[in-house]
Amino acid sequence: MLNIQYFASLRETLGRSSETLALPEDGSTVATLAAYLATSRGGQWEILLDATQVLVAVNQTIVDRSHPLTGAEELAFFPPMTGG
Amino acid sequence: MLSVQEADFDVAVLYAQLRSTAGNAGAIVSFTGLVREFYESSEAGREPAVQRLVLEHYPGMTEKALMVIVDEARSRWDVLAWQVIHRVGPLEAGDQIVHVGIASTHRGDAFAAAEFIMDYLKTRAPFWKKQHTAAGAHWIESRSADETARARWEKR
Repeated sequence: MLNIQYFASLRETLGRSSETLALPEDGSTVATLAAYLATSRGGQWEILLDATQVLVAVNQTIVDRSHPLTGAEELAFFPPMTGG
Repeated sequence: MLSVQEADFDVAVLYAQLRSTAGNAGAIVSFTGLVREFYESSEAGREPAVQRLVLEHYPGMTEKALMVIVDEARSRWDVLAWQVIHRVGPLEAGDQIVHVGIASTHRGDAFAAAEFIMDYLKTRAPFWKKQHTAAGAHWIESRSADETARARWEKR
């Protein structure tokens, strides 16, 4: 199972802070998961397709969209960071 | 020493701690970031006065991301002792928000390591600021200037 978390403005836009999904089939990547969520849910979820507005961390490390989901336990979608 | 905390911090106490653990350091650089009363959230210009800022983070990943940044700084420069403290939760104008302390043999390394850590922290550690003003609440947008500041440290 894959634990997905949403942070900050993205959490508010999507109205969701976390969810658990069955791990997608072998060979899937962050990009395929984002595309799946965007197309199956539509509306605001299409923002997940925008790699400049939505960053992704797998197992708490920032990764590219091409990153495979094999071995992923925790995945997070969030906007560009504004700390400091 | 790494800490992500709601509580305020005392820079004098942190400085004394850093100095006492720094061995034969010849330089200490101490940086503290404050919440500004006016906040330019975009290139468009000034926003209304900040009433309150709320800092959200990604518990677990935040500490991990900060350690990656500190480890990279330690691999590039002579760092004898270090401190990174970042506050989360509600903050007001004038409040301290972040502190970086670096002790090195020479000042060049201390300045560079502190600036490197701040530039990466702003764009690579999972913190997000939400601004609450008289006109309503909104999330602060990332600034391209911060990403430019970080990118100049990339090795070519």
